[in-house]
Order: sequence, then C-alpha cells, then structure tokens
Amino acid sequence: MPVERLLKDDATEEKGERARMASFVGAMAIADLVKTTLGPKGMDKILQSTGRGRNITVTNDGATILKSLHIDNPAAKVLVDISKVQDDEVGDGTTSVVVLAGELLREAEKLVSMKIHPMTIIAGYRMAVECARDALLRKAMDNKQDSEKFRSDLMNIAMTTLSSKILSQDKEYFAKLAVDAVLRLKGSTNLEAIQILKKPGGSLGDSFLDEGFILDKKIGIGQPKRIENANILVANTAMDTDKVKIYGARVRVDSMSKVAEIEAAEKQKMREKVQKIIAHGINCFINRQLIYNFPEELFADAGILAIEHADFEGIERLALVTGGEIASTFDNPESVKLGHCKLIEEIMIGEDKLIKFSGVEMGQACTIVLRGASAHVLDEAERSLHDALCVLTQTVADSRVLLGGGWPEMLMAKEVDELARKTPGKRSHAIDAFSRALQAIPTIIADNAGLDSAELVSQLRAEHHKEGSNAGIDVITGGVGDMQKLGISESFKVKQAVLLSATEAAEMILRVDEIITCAPRRREDRM
Amino acid sequence: MALAFDEYGRPFIILKEQERKSRLRGLDAQKANIAAGRAVARILRTSLGPKGMDKMLQSPDGDVIITNDGATILEQMDVDNQIAKLMVELSRSQDYEIGDGTTGVVVMAGSLLEQAEKLLERGIHPLRVAEGYEVASRIAFDHLEKISQKFEFGPDNIEPLVQTCMTTLSSKIVNRCKRALAEIAVKAVLAVADLERKDVNLDLIKVEGKVGGKLEDTELIYGIVVDKDMSHPQMPKRIEDANIAILTCPFEPPKPKTKHKVDIDTVEKFQTLREQERKYFDDMVQKCKDVGATLVICQWGFDDEANHLLMHRNLPAVRWVGGVELELIAIATGGRIVPRFQELSPEKLGRAGIVREKSFGTTKDRMLYIEQCANSRAVTIFIRGGNKMMIEETKRSLHDALCVARNLIRNNSIVYGGGSAEISCSVAVEAAADRHPGVEQYAIRSFAEALDAIPLALAENSGLPPIDTLTAVKAQQIKENNPFCGIDCNDVGTNDMKEQNVFETLIGKQQQILLATQVVKIILKIDDVISPSEY
Repeated sequence: MPVERLLKDDATEEKGERARMASFVGAMAIADLVKTTLGPKGMDKILQSTGRGRNITVTNDGATILKSLHIDNPAAKVLVDISKVQDDEVGDGTTSVVVLAGELLREAEKLVSMKIHPMTIIAGYRMAVECARDALLRKAMDNKQDSEKFRSDLMNIAMTTLSSKILSQDKEYFAKLAVDAVLRLKGSTNLEAIQILKKPGGSLGDSFLDEGFILDKKIGIGQPKRIENANILVANTAMDTDKVKIYGARVRVDSMSKVAEIEAAEKQKMREKVQKIIAHGINCFINRQLIYNFPEELFADAGILAIEHADFEGIERLALVTGGEIASTFDNPESVKLGHCKLIEEIMIGEDKLIKFSGVEMGQACTIVLRGASAHVLDEAERSLHDALCVLTQTVADSRVLLGGGWPEMLMAKEVDELARKTPGKRSHAIDAFSRALQAIPTIIADNAGLDSAELVSQLRAEHHKEGSNAGIDVITGGVGDMQKLGISESFKVKQAVLLSATEAAEMILRVDEIITCAPRRREDRM
Repeated sequence: MALAFDEYGRPFIILKEQERKSRLRGLDAQKANIAAGRAVARILRTSLGPKGMDKMLQSPDGDVIITNDGATILEQMDVDNQIAKLMVELSRSQDYEIGDGTTGVVVMAGSLLEQAEKLLERGIHPLRVAEGYEVASRIAFDHLEKISQKFEFGPDNIEPLVQTCMTTLSSKIVNRCKRALAEIAVKAVLAVADLERKDVNLDLIKVEGKVGGKLEDTELIYGIVVDKDMSHPQMPKRIEDANIAILTCPFEPPKPKTKHKVDIDTVEKFQTLREQERKYFDDMVQKCKDVGATLVICQWGFDDEANHLLMHRNLPAVRWVGGVELELIAIATGGRIVPRFQELSPEKLGRAGIVREKSFGTTKDRMLYIEQCANSRAVTIFIRGGNKMMIEETKRSLHDALCVARNLIRNNSIVYGGGSAEISCSVAVEAAADRHPGVEQYAIRSFAEALDAIPLALAENSGLPPIDTLTAVKAQQIKENNPFCGIDCNDVGTNDMKEQNVFETLIGKQQQILLATQVVKIILKIDDVISPSEY
C-alpha cells in the first residue's frame, strides 16, 4: 500500500540516481559559472544586487561571486561554503577550489554511469589525494633561511596572484606594495594592521604605500593643522553628554532655575573631564565616539588636536601604531600609556583632506592608498590586494612555495597516474579520474586565455614525464614555459588547502543518495 | 464513518464533526501504519554500515545538513505521518539512551513490521503477533548476553576502547581519520570518567568546531576552549599561572530588582551621584585585584570605562561568556562562580597554567584556550574541517563515539558487529521457535527472519550479493559454532569479526532489540486511526 503522506506538504524527496544527478548538476553548474574567471586571462563577472539601489559589483574573485548568489541547490551550497572557508582560511584560491571540486564531480558522474559505486570512487579519491599531497610536499621549496630569495619568492607569489586580477597591469608595483606591507608585519598574520584606503580619482598606478598611518578624518576647525612630536591619547569615551549610568536615575526639577543649575553642573563635569584629558600632557586627542562642539572648543582653546568618531578598527590600529593604550577613564594621567609620533599633518589626496601620522613608534602598521577611476575599480582592486596580502601572510607563516601556471596540477596528475597504474581493482578508475580532474585546471587556464588547450596540456604532460621539469603554461607567449624562469609561484599552503577541501567536498556530495528538502518556512505576512 | 442509531432509528453523532474526519479501521489501519513505518525504515536502510550513504537535508531555512546519523536524519525530516513520528521517537530514544545505533534500530523496527504484515495477511491476530515478538525479543536479549564477551581495559590499555569507537566512526564520513578521532574520543572520556562509580558525565566534554584547516588538525585539549577574546584589544594575549575570577555579575552599577527611581533635583545630588558612579567602577576592579585575580571571566558585558580600568590595572578580562561555558571553566579550574563582588575571596578563584588567545586564518577569529587547569576533569575536543557541514557531521559522529566509550565504561560487555550478533540471535530464535507451542510460533519465526534484515542491508550497502552472503555466513556460524561471523563489509578477506576487531556494545544491541520490539508492538495494537481530514 503506498504511503500517501510521510513528509509535510511542501517537502520534497529525491532518491538514489535522481538525488545524485541533482547534486552533480548543481555542483557542476556552480563550477562552470566561476570557471571562466580562472587564470591570468580569466574574465570578470558583473553582479547586481537585489537590494535597494541595485548596486553592482565587478569582480574576478570566486568567493565574492559565489557569496552573492542565491542558490537553492543543496549541493551547490556545499561548494559555496568551501569557497567561503577557503577565503577565510587562506584568502586565495577561492575559484580553484570550486573548479577542482566541480571537475572531481564531473569525473565521478562518468564513473557512476559506468556503474561504479560511489563508495569505490571515494576510496579511489582518497588514495589519490594522499598521493597528490605527498607529491606536493616533496616538491615544495622552502627559502626561509635565505631572506633575499624569500623576498623574491614573495614577490613572485604576489605577482602570480595579482596577475589574474584587475591589478595585473601594474602587478609589479602592487606586488611590491603588498610584499612591503606584509614584511612590515614581521610575521604576524593580523591583516588589520594594514589599512587599505580607497580614494577615487587618479589611476591605479598612483596608489602608494604609506609607512605611517592615514586616518580618513578632518581636523576640527580652529585646531592646529600640523603637530610635531605629538603625544597622542587614544580614547573610547563619551564626549557628548556624559550620562549618569546608575540605573533608574533621572532628573526631576521643579523650576527653570534648577534646570539651568544642573545644566551648568553638566557642563562643569564635561569641563573637568576635558581638563583631566588635557592634564595627560597631550597635544592630540583621538576619540572613537562623537565629540560635541563644547568639548571640541575646549580642546581648541588648549591647542589640542581633537579627532572624533574614528571607527573601531581605526582606533585599534592607531593604538597599535602609536603604541598608546585605548583609554576610557582619565583619573591617573601618569600611568596611561600615550602614543607618540613624529608628525601629524593634514594631507590632500585628490580632493579629500586626510590626517597623516608619520614617524610612528611601531613600524608594524602601514596604509595602502588605492587610487582608481571608479568605485568599482577600487573595490575590485581592494579585493585583489586583500587576496595578495592574505596569501603573503600565509606564506610568511608557512614559507613553502610551489611553482604556478598549472605546474603543481600536472605534477600531481603525473604521480596520481602512476598510482593508478599500480593499483588493482575498480578503485584505479577513480584514481585515474582524479588525475583527469587535476589536469582540467591547466586546461581551463589555457582555454580562458584562448589557447589550444588540448595541444598545450598534452605537451605539458610529455614535458612532465622528464624528471624535475619546471614546465607550466605560459599564457603570455601561449606556449609551454619554464615557470622557474618566468617567476610564477604559488603558496604551498593555498594549493594544499585547495586540494584537500575540494576533495572533501566532492566526497561529501558523492556520499549522498537522498535529498530531503523541507518545506520552506513560511514568512508571516506582516499586515 | 461510524453511525449509530437510537431506538427510533434516528442517527446520532459519536464523533464531533465526524464528516470532516477521515478514518481507517481494522486491517486497513494496521496496513497503512505498517506501510508508513516501513517507508521511514527504507529511507535509513541505505545509511547502515561502513559503506552506507549519506543523506542531504535542506532545512526550512535553506541550511544544508549532510549526515549519516539516523537520529539526525529523522529529526530534520519534517515528518507529518503519526506512525512515522513514532519511528522518529524510537530513533531519538535510542540516541538518548545509548547514543549510537540509531539507524540500526529503525531498520530493525521496519523489518519487524514487514514480517508482521505477512502474518496479518495470514489472519493471525495482531496481538498474537505482538506477543510472539515479545517472547522472541526475550530470547534474543538473553542470547546476546550469552555471546557477549567482557574485555578488560584500563587507563593504560585503551586499545579495546579505541577499536570499538572506530567501529562506530567507520560508518561516518570521518572514517578517513577514524583512528585519530577514536583515540581523541577515548582519551576525552577517560579524562572525565569516574572509574570508581563507572560513570561518565559527557557534559564535561565540550565539543567545539571551527571551519578551516583539515580534519587531521582536530585535537583534544585538556582544558577549555571558548569562542571569545579579551575584552580590550591591548590586554595581554597570554597569561601564565592565571588566577581566574569567574563572575556572573556585570561590571556595572548595581541594578536592584525592585523598581526604583533616583531623582536628581539639585546640583549636589548630581555631583554625588557622579562621584558614586566612579567609585563603583573603582571598587569593583579593586575587589578583583585584592583577591589576587589575574584574569576575570564575566558572564555579562562591561562598560567602556570598566573595560579601560581593568586594562589599566593590568587585569585582563573576558566578557559575554555563556552560562554553560562558565560552568565548565569553573569545573576545570576548580574555581567558584561568584555572583557578587563582595563575595570574592582568594579561595574562590580558579587556577589555570596557561590562558592564551589564538587566532585563525585571515579573518580576525580568535579563541581563548584555558589549559593546564587545576582540575583536568573537563576537556574540549576542538574540531577543524573543510566546511561547516563537515564540522557539524564530525560533531555528531564524535558524539556517537563518546557515547559508545561511555557505555563501555559503564558496562564492559561487547558483542561483535558486522551483523554477526543479529545472525547469531536469528539462529537462536529460530531454534527456540520450534519448541514454542501455539500461534506465537509463527511470530517468533518471523522475528528471526526480521533479525536478518540488518546483515542483509549491510551486505547490500557494501555491494555484496545480500542473500548469498547472508546464507553463507549463517551456515558458517552454525557449522563452526562461531557466533562471531559477520558480513565482511570492507572486503578484508575474513568474516570473523573478532579478527577484524569490529565491536559493538552489548547494551547498545540489547537496547536496539527491545526498543524496536516495543515500538512495533505499539503500532500493531492500533486498529483505528482517526485524523482530521484536510480542510
């Protein structure tokens, strides 16, 4: 007897082959979507948001594209998720991870239609991924000791990352910017210390790295525009009206004169607070919260530069660069650590006035000012630079380096091929498939560059059968080139993360044989 | 619909609004119920065993869950049918009671129902079937006891425990590094176990996950990991030999529960109030400082001013720590949770060797590690993985493994897995059936057949010819009188589960049989289903 209703009304259930088909199709659709952005000749996408204003974003960054999509297919969601994690964890390779997972599933689909059980495919993939990782580990180079070489490694990595982005025209310049910025961090992976300011106008080539710190704020009226040897107090305190925080307190008066008295007392309180702040012996005061006119005037009288409403990251960064502490109470001036810098001045970038702190105590932070023709260009430039910075910090932490241009994929494919030949049983088909999926990446890079991919990849494969080959795809000349000479490098950590999480995701999707979609929660109509 | 007539032949209504209700009765009702139960079991059947497949579930809010855990699948499935709900309950109670075998119990119940249907068609009264099942389940229960083995383990010999946990984990997606995870689970359980009382409080094991990294990076931390950071960015990121004050009161002026108002009507009052407020903050920090605390963990938030004062006085602090975590920290560090500043005293502070903040990846995710605690009886398992779904699934799998380890500490009897226990029970029940007089004999025999369902499903999922394999194993069991023969799911080459080291807990298995029989009995006893029809 058929069961008419097991699940709730709108819930759907897909089983066996159909479920697998649904997830393969979904995952491959996502992979195909971002496929064309891969590689130095990859194309960008325009995304239009559905929110108000219909903002558009032009980007080449896999994670950004996928984040903005509204996806219904559960398998596709898995891929979006791995791309996001890749972004959070290593910052780059967000497209590669999705494309690789998609290719793995495409190969798996062929195997499934050949009646090979998904579990067998998974077993084969697992063996292959181990083998591929070992191959990478063996070939990874580590130049940590040699600082000169390490720097050139970093430059190469940054250039490789940037070459697929909008910044590719000035990649050398930006790579240098990024490497300089990251080396200033001295091994810390805290990217907050690198501030990226976007100012429309000029061209991308006008962007620069400032060793000091630039705060996107104006100096209050009537206050000094230039301070040398500044003592800075960084604060997070209310400078509007300092409310009484005791619960339930309220002002209750019975006459107008009392109101005036209390107002005066309030003013007095503010004045005292300002006095206390001034007593720290400072000539610059930066507050996270608003500073009202009255205290601002008091500061101006005392010849102190007061800057209001710096955002929280700004404050933290300032505290970091100037070496001061973020203060909220001002009763013991002698023990509060003040920040110092050689010079504070107002500078102009384009038409905007900004405050520049130079000669700061700790050299850890710096500011990169991006210039560009439009807000979209700037946004994309920021994302690209962010990718490069992420990869660089990760490389500083784990200094192993690989060559780029499809070299690691071909290398892994070769090793995996050999493993397939040695493995008996049905699993070898899956291992073979893994190698084909790996080779798909250089194929896509070549395709995107408008090259003859079949020809190139087969040349590459032949080249890789020699020991110690450095061959990869040289997109510029359109042939096979020596990646070592061309200086195309990638971070080991990124490649490894791509390999592992793509396989993990593919495995996860393969294991599914049933999809149950619950009825979407009804939004209550707000009447 | 039921219609009754009074003495004048007028119909009167028994059920309220009966024309709007649909009703099934008698054999039809039983068959419909059985069909529903079997439909649920069919969904889970393919998830059984080391080669079982996963299910992808999309929740009403669009979140995706990929899992292999029977209880989770059923919980998320949004079931509407009443009988199907009973099956969901069944799996849940197995989860609460044992923690593992949630898929097996549903498959078992489904197959019992399937057999019952055949008996009903032959005209056997449902209650006779139920009674026969009851008798058979007793036989199986006792038989399990007989074929079970005790194994010895101790804090130095954890290998048997690890093996059992590995059996549990091998059916999950995490089986890639089941060895490492099983060891983590066993070590965690042993760390918090009370071996004297033979009990384990699983609440003391915190399972925390963070996306990124790989599964192999999952680690066991003898201490607590909290997903929080220091309240002030400039507080030290590493504290050694910390004395921890655990507070549940905010660093704020007190808020009496009774409604009150403080009226300010003169300047003096305004000023005294201000003065007082400042003093509050000072006092609070001073009190913490006085008792010698070097770290403050607070359940509530605090004001910018208090924050700075703490920082200024060199007293690192963590805010917004959840109640459960706070308790765990208190247990781990041996401190007391202090609800009021006045009650702070040095002996109420907790101690930890190292407290450090660790950051992850490129985002500014930070977590706080509290390690080398005074009392290491609270541990954290920190899971890393490629994506969110992976972590969630790992959490569920580890939960199963932890439960298994706990059950073994409670009762160290095991039976062998791979369907061997079920086959052995089936043989025993079959033999007992012939000696049973009465109609129940048929039911008992059917029970034996139903027991075969689990090895059948295992073989099917592993890509083996199910009937061939099962009959071969059964014959081998009887011939060699070896109850440890099971289905060789992983293609190892031997089907002696003792050699393959595939164990399951005795209580888990017994519980499965009992719970499945109980639910089937309930379902069989229903002969009338009245449900409101669609409007």
